[in-house]
Amino acid sequence: MESRSTILAAVRANKPGEVALPSIRTIERNEISNCTDTFKNLVQAIGGKVEEIQYNEVQETVERLFPDAKYTASGTKRYKGTIQLEHITDPKALENLDVFVCRGLLGVAENGAVWLPESAIVHRVAPFITQHMVVVLNESTILEDMHAAYDEIDVAEYGFGFFMAGPSKTADIEQSLVHGAHGPRSLTVLLLKTL
Amino acid sequence: MRVALFVPCYIDQLYPHVAVATLELLESLGCTVAFPLDQTCCGQPMANAGFEHVSAKAMSVFIDNFDLYDYIVAPSGSCVLHVHEHIKAPDSSRPFSDRVFEFCQFLMDVLEVKELPGSFNQKVGLHESCHGLRGLRLGVSSELRKTPYSKPAHLLSMKKGVELVPLTRWDECCGFGGTFAVSEEAVSVKMGKDRIQDHLDHEVEVLTSTDMSCLMHLDGLIKKERIPLKVMHIAEVLNG
Amino acid sequence: MVNHAKNAEAFNQDEARTNWHDETLWFVREKRDKASGQIPEWEALRELASGIKDHTLSKLDVYLEEFEKKATENGIKVHWAVDAQAHNEKVFEILSDHGVKRIVKSKSMLTEECHLNPYLEEKGIEVVDTDLGERIVQLAEDTPSHIVLPAIHLKKEEVGEVFHNRIGTDKGASDPYYLTEAARQHLRQQFLTADAAITGVNFAIAETGGIVICTNEGNADMGVHTQNVHIACMGIEKIIPRAEHLGVFLRLLARSATGQHLTVYTSHLHKPKEGSELHVILVDNGRTEQLGRPDFRNSLKCIRCGACMNTCPIYRRSGGHSYGSTIPGPIGAILSPGYDLEKYSSLPFASTLCGSCSDVCPVKIDIHTQLYKWRQVAGAEGHIAGSKKRAMRFMGMVFGSPHFYRKVGRLMRRAARFMPNKWIYNRRNVWGKSREIPPMPKESFRDWYMKNRLGNGK
Ligand code: SF4
Repeated sequence: MESRSTILAAVRANKPGEVALPSIRTIERNEISNCTDTFKNLVQAIGGKVEEIQYNEVQETVERLFPDAKYTASGTKRYKGTIQLEHITDPKALENLDVFVCRGLLGVAENGAVWLPESAIVHRVAPFITQHMVVVLNESTILEDMHAAYDEIDVAEYGFGFFMAGPSKTADIEQSLVHGAHGPRSLTVLLLKTL
Repeated sequence: MRVALFVPCYIDQLYPHVAVATLELLESLGCTVAFPLDQTCCGQPMANAGFEHVSAKAMSVFIDNFDLYDYIVAPSGSCVLHVHEHIKAPDSSRPFSDRVFEFCQFLMDVLEVKELPGSFNQKVGLHESCHGLRGLRLGVSSELRKTPYSKPAHLLSMKKGVELVPLTRWDECCGFGGTFAVSEEAVSVKMGKDRIQDHLDHEVEVLTSTDMSCLMHLDGLIKKERIPLKVMHIAEVLNG
Repeated sequence: MVNHAKNAEAFNQDEARTNWHDETLWFVREKRDKASGQIPEWEALRELASGIKDHTLSKLDVYLEEFEKKATENGIKVHWAVDAQAHNEKVFEILSDHGVKRIVKSKSMLTEECHLNPYLEEKGIEVVDTDLGERIVQLAEDTPSHIVLPAIHLKKEEVGEVFHNRIGTDKGASDPYYLTEAARQHLRQQFLTADAAITGVNFAIAETGGIVICTNEGNADMGVHTQNVHIACMGIEKIIPRAEHLGVFLRLLARSATGQHLTVYTSHLHKPKEGSELHVILVDNGRTEQLGRPDFRNSLKCIRCGACMNTCPIYRRSGGHSYGSTIPGPIGAILSPGYDLEKYSSLPFASTLCGSCSDVCPVKIDIHTQLYKWRQVAGAEGHIAGSKKRAMRFMGMVFGSPHFYRKVGRLMRRAARFMPNKWIYNRRNVWGKSREIPPMPKESFRDWYMKNRLGNGK
């Protein structure tokens, strides 16, 4: 408690006079004419894959893409995995997960990211510990940019939520880009076309 | 138009021909040029070394010599920037930042020059000196996401015969930096060598700049290594 | 006392390596140029980000308390630490409460600043850095040389050697794919067997009481979600007022840092996962003092993107270690003197004041202006060598008197003209080591002007 009062007192003593908070609405944003195409291009540019499918093709598509997957899990009803996530209590038990499929709540055109809140992934560790990641996304949820995304989501609604932009990567060795640093080696976005 | 010529100390002492070219071009563009005889230095060498407090006298010499003029022109972006940022005019309604101009800036913004006399038939590489570019905003630096523009480059392209050569890292610092050139000798020399190499890679014949201080450093390296590259201040090129 | 010039000179002994270092970082700068160029409103975004940070610093106490309140409501345990020691002790206290023996840690410049690793190791707790770059330097018993690219100073062959000795990769193997895969396997074991996770924080949202962590590798999340205890350590300046401000900072951060549009993972944590604990430690460690320095306070706006390092022509040619401080490069050179002016007094001079850092900075910190101001502080407080001081005093006198100035100029030019080369290029002439001295003309411009324009030259 002592640290707390010392710090707050020092801030009060040393801070400058109040500066007004600028409104983020003042920004004249770049208009993106075709969000879906931009999103698709971006996902591919950052090392992901995009497949356009019908809503009832999720199961078969994942099976086609990952024929050798032994352990799979899902956060969406459109795909049935081999592991029932609800029964897992120790996150480390997901160590051997090959493929994890879940629903993305929205996509962001300007950077190819998808928003995945806790409700969609069931287990926080699942989308990270898995070898491959599949996100099912409705085309209609793709928004222009990060400002639009934060207008849409309530970050505090769930205990955890994250944007994922492409598969896990690193360039820590001489700036050579390598996919699959710690998280999934691949990311596939299954885009459900709007009818 | 009546203008006062501010000749930075090292140009006065070491590169008088640069000041002559500046004077001549200003005159041929119709200016009446005065050279206040008791000028010395803006005080930048001391200030950048951490001794702004010993440069007070130099600053007052500057004020004594120039305060009467409405237009003060110097062939150096670096010295002009220092005056703008650190020398306070006695009358605060006439700040030096409104009255002191770097040479190219004066040609473009005040004289609004549209053509230049004579010609200069060489492949020219422009070294954008940092204080002119990022300090005085004589152009848009490569870091900024704005429409590219450069006043010195624009003037060079106006000069008949000049072939302005594009460079790879066109606005990287040459490594002069005042006392930095000596106190950080190793990096300073390396930066200079790298700048020169960029010009050589693009087959530049004449390396020019708005600042003679950058050129003094680069020319020192060029001469030591006997590199076939000529160094000229932009006033000389534009006056040539 | 850090002597940047000396360290830089040593770095430059191997010119091929200096070129390699320079080009590697320039490559990152070019990626940044490309990514930022895709946003037409880039400059407006920088302005906005800078404005939001200015505002936040001016109400930092209010936002810190708001954050604490909301975070506590969310089930996060919030702690405060005045300095590095208090921070380290708090971390240790939490860890010992849970009998933790080994932790997995993702990148946090704050914990580097507090020297948490050696502190915990001394107490018998094993720390495993999980960011690949950090793991490399940890295994190499080295230190990070860059805040975003910790192992940027090492060549792949050197990484291969370290991995061979420490985690048993094949001798001589240096392929980045192979080495990264080996590190992945090695670190997976660490994640599965550790007892707690420590992370840094990129942003803490006052309005919602949550924290945001950005990584590309996914190492922070692997740590956080596999462990039951998570300690997030943050400097008090990481606070932002509202969640909507994330849109602004995130659009700038990754583009500035690595030229990506967004980091692969941008994780928002508001509640600990069921049955787990989430601790946030708010650390001062000199920040409130910096807040009290009007000339230097806006260095606290830094979002640690590293762009000022990548763009700095001196950093690229002297390496991160030459700065001898946790945070190297231009931002390090304005932060470090605030902690210890004597020790770091050479850093503000490790710059030509070219201003590239200020133009690249996504939150518009006037870095090069602050470098200039630190020089004045160092000069006024006597942290500059006596010889330089005497030279500057002398110059002050020369330029303070027109008459004296002309006399000295004449003498200098004359002397140089008549002196034998051997005398000029002596050991003490540092300028002349690799450079010719300028020409020494017979007359000054003033002499010429008197003759040719006033007609009364002597
Ligand atoms: S000072 Fe600016 S450019 Fe440098 S790391 Fe901080 S935010 Fe990035």
